[in-house]
Amino acid sequence: MRAVPVQLKPQSEPRELTPGRRALLRLLRRRGAMLGLVIVIFFVVIAIFASSIAPQDPLSTSWSAVRKAPSAQYLFGTDEIGRDVLSRVIWGARASLLAGLVSVCIAMAFGVPIGLLAGYMDGWVDGLISRFTDSMLAVPFLILAIALAAFLGPSLTNAMIAIGVSATPIFIRLTRAQVLSVKVEDYVEAARAVGNPHWRIALRHILPNILPPLIVQATLAIAAAIIAEASLSFLGLGQQPPAPSWGSMLNTAKNYVDNSPWMAIWPGLSIFLLVLSFNLLGDGLRDALDPRHK
Amino acid sequence: MFRYLIKRLAAIVPTVFFVTIIIFGLQQLLPGDPAIMLAGEEQDPTVIAYLHKKMHLDEPLPVRYAYWIGGVFKGDLGESLRIQKPVLELIQEKLPVTLELAAIAMLIALVIGIPAGIISAVAKDTVWDYAANIVALWGLSTPNFWLGILLILLFSVSLGWLPASGYVSPFEDLKANLAAMIMPAFVLGNAIAAVLMRHTRSAMLQVLNADYVRTARAKGLGERAVILKHALRNALTPIITLGALEFGTLLSGAVLTEQVFSIPGFGKLIVDAVFNRDYAVVQGVVLFTSTVYIVLNLLADLAYFFVNPRLRG
Repeated sequence: MRAVPVQLKPQSEPRELTPGRRALLRLLRRRGAMLGLVIVIFFVVIAIFASSIAPQDPLSTSWSAVRKAPSAQYLFGTDEIGRDVLSRVIWGARASLLAGLVSVCIAMAFGVPIGLLAGYMDGWVDGLISRFTDSMLAVPFLILAIALAAFLGPSLTNAMIAIGVSATPIFIRLTRAQVLSVKVEDYVEAARAVGNPHWRIALRHILPNILPPLIVQATLAIAAAIIAEASLSFLGLGQQPPAPSWGSMLNTAKNYVDNSPWMAIWPGLSIFLLVLSFNLLGDGLRDALDPRHK
Repeated sequence: MFRYLIKRLAAIVPTVFFVTIIIFGLQQLLPGDPAIMLAGEEQDPTVIAYLHKKMHLDEPLPVRYAYWIGGVFKGDLGESLRIQKPVLELIQEKLPVTLELAAIAMLIALVIGIPAGIISAVAKDTVWDYAANIVALWGLSTPNFWLGILLILLFSVSLGWLPASGYVSPFEDLKANLAAMIMPAFVLGNAIAAVLMRHTRSAMLQVLNADYVRTARAKGLGERAVILKHALRNALTPIITLGALEFGTLLSGAVLTEQVFSIPGFGKLIVDAVFNRDYAVVQGVVLFTSTVYIVLNLLADLAYFFVNPRLRG
């Protein structure tokens, strides 16, 4: 009799999902967030390929086509000096997205390290940073951005700096609060016990664990920064004419609202859609990354 | 309680100090000689010399700060170069207009936001909840200057019901004043209603699961009494603080709304000052706004402390 070798079937491995994957799956199940993501991608594509997509030159004027209503030739109509509104809306996406991303990058580049420092180092460093943050938060966001933009001078770059600086305290406060809750965890204690230097504990052990709320805040901050840039441009403190920007288009459009409403509808709708999509995405990310949040 | 009051009051001193540092620092952002920049387009040498002397520009920075802050403590926020008036006087002139706008806006926000939040929480995951959430998202995502233009298009241009711009004092003609204020106030209140709705919803959801609400239901109280008397009263306490925090949103919003509707208020004062390079007015307005914001936050904290017996314990 021959012994039949028993083949042990490898047991199916339990499907252990990493927290990141679980969050991604939760995000993919949120219809609102997915809609937001699709709209964001749509605007990013438009902004990148503006030169190929825009039917006309956004700066070229035509005195024979002043304030023409939407038609087959000008789908969104023309403005007060005969420029194609559709082309300007398409090019305007660049200014808005750039302002949203760059200002939030500025805010995070300053806010996260300062917040890490405040949360990690107790004592007077924390006290000083926290009081300074409170003071910046005491000046309403847009008023601070307007004041900074006014003193720096009107331009898109200065508007981005002004918005970025104004948004910094929110990131300092959030990072600090997260560090305070994470630094008492066992794994941080363990990292300290084995003799890791402070910078390594902060960057390798604390920072990766506080990223989820920062990502959520960054997404929502982009929405706020896009509205802020549009507001500054609306007031004449952002993108300078003739360069296209949704805010400055609305500023001009308000003077012609009685007989050329299309000049106001499309740039405003674009701001609304882009901001809405970042808000939807931010809400979805918050639900996905922080399941305790309801 | 007295200790809490002292502690809370002491905490605002460094905050106010840093605010003054930030606002004084704004001036240092001007490239080159501040006096030349502040003198405006005419660059009148007499004005430049006057500013040099008045702003102590030949002194070191800390000394200049000391002079400036000394003036602020005496109520001297500087002088408008354009209008030749003290900044504080300008603020006093314009503030009532914005306060009226803000008050009506807050009223609209409360009337929309709190009931919407209650309905959304009580009818969680129903069509009412979804509708309220959509309205809140709309409120948070709509730039208020665009909403203003759309309302002008509908109510002034198409229907002809309301004036598109302008301001009439309530002491002259109350009806005309309200007609001019209702659209800008709605625009301003819209975003705050969204924030209030979201906060009321989440506060109500927490409270509705609390033991005392279950007890109230178990006693046989009607649902209306449970929600309005037991749940809402407790859920609304944190909203007091929110009201003060939203003051910043109101003022920021007022800057844009007043621009769209040509209302001669506080917001328009700062925008005009920016374009006239009237930097003393910009600084004065920012300092005034921040101080009011800090004081309102303090009052909200104290009010929260008084209405919440657990904190007083």
